[in-house]
Amino acid sequence: MGLQAYLILAATVFCIGLFGVVTRRNTIGILLGIELMLNAVNINLVAFSHFNATATGMIFTLFTICITVSEAAIGLALVILLFRVRRTVMADHLDILKG
Amino acid sequence: MTLTDLAFWVLSVMLVGSALAVVLSKNLFHAVLWLALALTGTAGIFLLLNAEFLAAVQLLLYAGGIITIVVFAIVVTERLVGERLSQTNRGVVSGALVASALLVVIVNTLMQRELPSTPLPQLNDITRLMGEQVLTTFVLPFELLALLMLVAMLGAIYFARPED
Repeated sequence: MGLQAYLILAATVFCIGLFGVVTRRNTIGILLGIELMLNAVNINLVAFSHFNATATGMIFTLFTICITVSEAAIGLALVILLFRVRRTVMADHLDILKG
Repeated sequence: MTLTDLAFWVLSVMLVGSALAVVLSKNLFHAVLWLALALTGTAGIFLLLNAEFLAAVQLLLYAGGIITIVVFAIVVTERLVGERLSQTNRGVVSGALVASALLVVIVNTLMQRELPSTPLPQLNDITRLMGEQVLTTFVLPFELLALLMLVAMLGAIYFARPED
């Protein structure tokens, strides 16, 4: 398969993830969408790296994966904290900043 | 059609299908399980791209680590198990519109470009090269990453500490 096929696959997964981020009500669901989007970006990086025969893109992917894990850990800790304070994880119920 | 092409198509269908299931599934717990399948499919794509090490990291960190954390978070926060709560907000139509418009734009741009259809001659041991470059050229980002992981873990523990 050519590079194009991989890039189109990644674009599809990215857009599905974007759809999840903007339509989910549950904060955890939004985080799942973000994970999908980050995965799509990783596919892009690895595909470019493979087709140009360099290791740079793969190293970047390694860093991205580690940053994603940190992001998920912090994000879910925030969700648990949020639940403790507001007793809900629905993003549209979290309107205490509304004037 | 070679075996690689076949594997690519099977993995693509699996990846796109499970990604759709992640965002459309009514039950959040099922969505997480579908996400695990999507992440495993991504690991398969990495294998096709000769990135064996990344495929292993993907399976260990994502499919192992993140899924476990998310399941814990759902178990802790889901009071309303079995209750039919709407999982999507009112922006489903506009969200679908925005996402598909973005997809059309990206695919359109990709179609207009001349992209290589065959990879350049491969380096014989990409994992070894990665290891060497991480500890020489990219040693500063690597150390910063270690610091970031430490800060993230401390932050997560601080946020989720028991109330006093």
